[in-house]
Amino acid sequence: MLCFTYTYLKAPASCGFIATASIRLLAIRSSLFTWLMNAEIKKQYPNAECTKTIKIFAFFMCEVLHFFNLIGSPKGPTQKMNLFQSITSALDNTLASDPTAVIFGEDVAFGGVFRCTVGLRDKYGKDRVFNTPLCEQGIVGFGIGVAVAGATAIAEIQFADYIFPAFDQIVNEAAKYRYRSGNLFDCGNLTIRAPWGCVGHGALYHSQSPEAFFAHCPGLKIVIPRGPIQAKGLLLSCIADKNPCIFFEPKILYRAAVEQVPEEPYTIPLSQAEILQEGSDVTLVSWGTQIHVLKEVASMAQEKLGVSCEVIDLQTILPWDIETVCKSVVKTGRLLISHEAPVTGGFAAEISSTVQEECFLNLEAPISRVCGYDTPFPHIFEPFYTPDKWKCFEAIKKMINY
Amino acid sequence: MAAVSSMSKMYGLCFHAVRQTAGLKASRLLQRRGFRVTVVQLQQPFDSSLEKPQFPGASAEFVDQLEFIQPNVISGIPVYRVMDRQGNIINPSQDPQLSKETVLNFYQKMTLLNTMDRILYESQRQGRISFYMTNYGEEGTHIGSAAALDPNDLVFGQYREAGVLMYRGFPLDHFMAQCYANADDLGKGRQMPVHYGSKDLNFVTISSPLATQIPQAAGAAYAVKRENINRAVICYFGEGAASEGDAHAGFNFSATLECPLIFFCRNNGYAISTPTNEQYRGDGIAARGPGYGMLSIRVDGNDVFAVYNATKEARRRAVAENQPFLIEAMTYRIGHHSTSDDSSAYRSVDEVNYWDKQDHPISRLRHYMTARGWWSEDDERSWRKQSRKTVMEAFERAERRLKPNPELLFTDVYQEMTPSLNKQRESLWRHVQQYKEHYPLDLYEK
Repeated sequence: MLCFTYTYLKAPASCGFIATASIRLLAIRSSLFTWLMNAEIKKQYPNAECTKTIKIFAFFMCEVLHFFNLIGSPKGPTQKMNLFQSITSALDNTLASDPTAVIFGEDVAFGGVFRCTVGLRDKYGKDRVFNTPLCEQGIVGFGIGVAVAGATAIAEIQFADYIFPAFDQIVNEAAKYRYRSGNLFDCGNLTIRAPWGCVGHGALYHSQSPEAFFAHCPGLKIVIPRGPIQAKGLLLSCIADKNPCIFFEPKILYRAAVEQVPEEPYTIPLSQAEILQEGSDVTLVSWGTQIHVLKEVASMAQEKLGVSCEVIDLQTILPWDIETVCKSVVKTGRLLISHEAPVTGGFAAEISSTVQEECFLNLEAPISRVCGYDTPFPHIFEPFYTPDKWKCFEAIKKMINY
Repeated sequence: MAAVSSMSKMYGLCFHAVRQTAGLKASRLLQRRGFRVTVVQLQQPFDSSLEKPQFPGASAEFVDQLEFIQPNVISGIPVYRVMDRQGNIINPSQDPQLSKETVLNFYQKMTLLNTMDRILYESQRQGRISFYMTNYGEEGTHIGSAAALDPNDLVFGQYREAGVLMYRGFPLDHFMAQCYANADDLGKGRQMPVHYGSKDLNFVTISSPLATQIPQAAGAAYAVKRENINRAVICYFGEGAASEGDAHAGFNFSATLECPLIFFCRNNGYAISTPTNEQYRGDGIAARGPGYGMLSIRVDGNDVFAVYNATKEARRRAVAENQPFLIEAMTYRIGHHSTSDDSSAYRSVDEVNYWDKQDHPISRLRHYMTARGWWSEDDERSWRKQSRKTVMEAFERAERRLKPNPELLFTDVYQEMTPSLNKQRESLWRHVQQYKEHYPLDLYEK
């Protein structure tokens, strides 16, 4: 219901009369759809709250409408795509334009366990889209070699939770190749993709967000999109970028996030945070799935507390856009950073530390971090573990009343 | 079946596996370059009426006797050689019959490397450079293999392959510049000594972590294969590095993905202080090859011609058939592991002397040359003097040269300079301006 009201009221600000009418119709339709799905769930599980997935799906149906309004939104014919389809589209564009590009990893040949590479092997050949043996250190090492030899390497790690065997190759080799060789050699042509983040039932080994481990490694770039349009643009930027990049894909959004994504290739710049919503009282920073939680929190704060929130999607974790975040905190005086990964040593700590160095005298309240607890990611306790909107809302209340 | 199992007992697992692999690979020998349809894809349709295993995982017969395959390390894979320890050709058909110029070049490169090693080892002892690793005893593995490759072939090394670079023509000045980390270093002074690299000579810069280059070489070979040119990749590593997980990954990937790659293992008996009987329990590294479906050979690493022949044939076939080859070159590390090591702590001087005096690649080649009247005592004396002189001159030049500009501390982290790094660079400069007397600025270029 919230989505419906929000969209219905926001629509006129964006577009002309006819568009407004059709948007309102769409808003009604999408909310009806959400309500219907909710009803279905309630029939089977009468005591359950509407599941997170459904809510995100509903949110996205609303989000579709707002993208008419995006400044600098990509042009050309678009197609309704979910996140995994937008990834496939980016990979398709890459294989078409770059004859050296190859995609490899476990199970990518049949289309991948998350369907990101469906159809590519048939279209481009088995020498370009192929399975590797089950060995992450081999996948990344092999990818480095492909990149060093001058070809474009797109390596898939099946879950970010399994990236650790490749940690040595990533941190000791890929990140340092250019520096240690005096720029004689580099593996800038390497991009590593991995599904990332909580999914509702993933537990310890299918839910991790390991960006903080790699953020400590100069020479790498780490990128995390929040939806299909960002995913395609950011992935294409990573592939084009002449530095080794790790691209984490929020797996819970693979199906749930649906947007009108341009079919033609386009890039979204790296190391540039995006201000999704301007505000004057609190700055909210996150990346990936958590952005959608923060957007809901922003409307809750506006409604219930009359607090105006500025929502920033960091997009690139390393090197991160210090300027945009600091400028925002100078304006609002309050910062909340939220991520699923455990709070100690999480990337929020880096942002918090830098912001207090740069904007100390502008702060009205201590910087707030609403993150996962310092435990492994639990299975049945996931609803308690995740930094949900109520925890973020409470943190904002505390900051306002400091 | 009986014949096969008795042969197993004689030669062990290795031979049995090699035979089986040879059978499977027979079809590959007939194919030219291009992407082969692997045997796995030619699987017969499932038929349970036949008394034959239908498992997708292995192609074999049933057997009704319980018997564990016995690995045999007493008489393992034989060692291929061309010359005996006195430099005489054993089987004339194996003599590569290289020209006098070529053989003299081999000899001069090996001895020049030896001379450079002596001088740079001493310079570390005198505090002029921070660290050094010698190549004593393994010169044959470097020169023999490097000579068998095309200059265009991409080399991934571990750290004890300086002879490959020397053979390819890396100037003494560049060796010295890297060891001294001076302003002429191609690597811009960022790494410890002996971490050489050369884009022009297709020698990928050395890194300290062991065996990381092995799966990288497989990837590079795959990319090279797709370019469809006459180019191979070679990957050097020691028998210790072969224990790393990356080695297993590299072998498996190169075989399954059909890469034109030569794996060259220098089995020199020690990984720092760890002898081979604490490194592995099987029949060395060559015996692992068949486990991956790879053609493998063991050669006498102190016999330049054996190394040359094996590498030459492996290269020819790797490129023609798109498959990896494993060469295990048996040799001995005469020197210490590095300047931070004193090997008398874990091995006897007698053992080292045996290899130095009685089975050295340089002396064996010298015997071969003197037997043909290509090299005399006078040649030896004047060459020693000349090579020492050129090394000393390069050494003195390197000593005098300034270190690179400290700006280079901050570049090449990414292709482009980032705002954050720029800020850090500026903050270092401000700090150094304020405290300049505490920083050795005079040693560095401005």
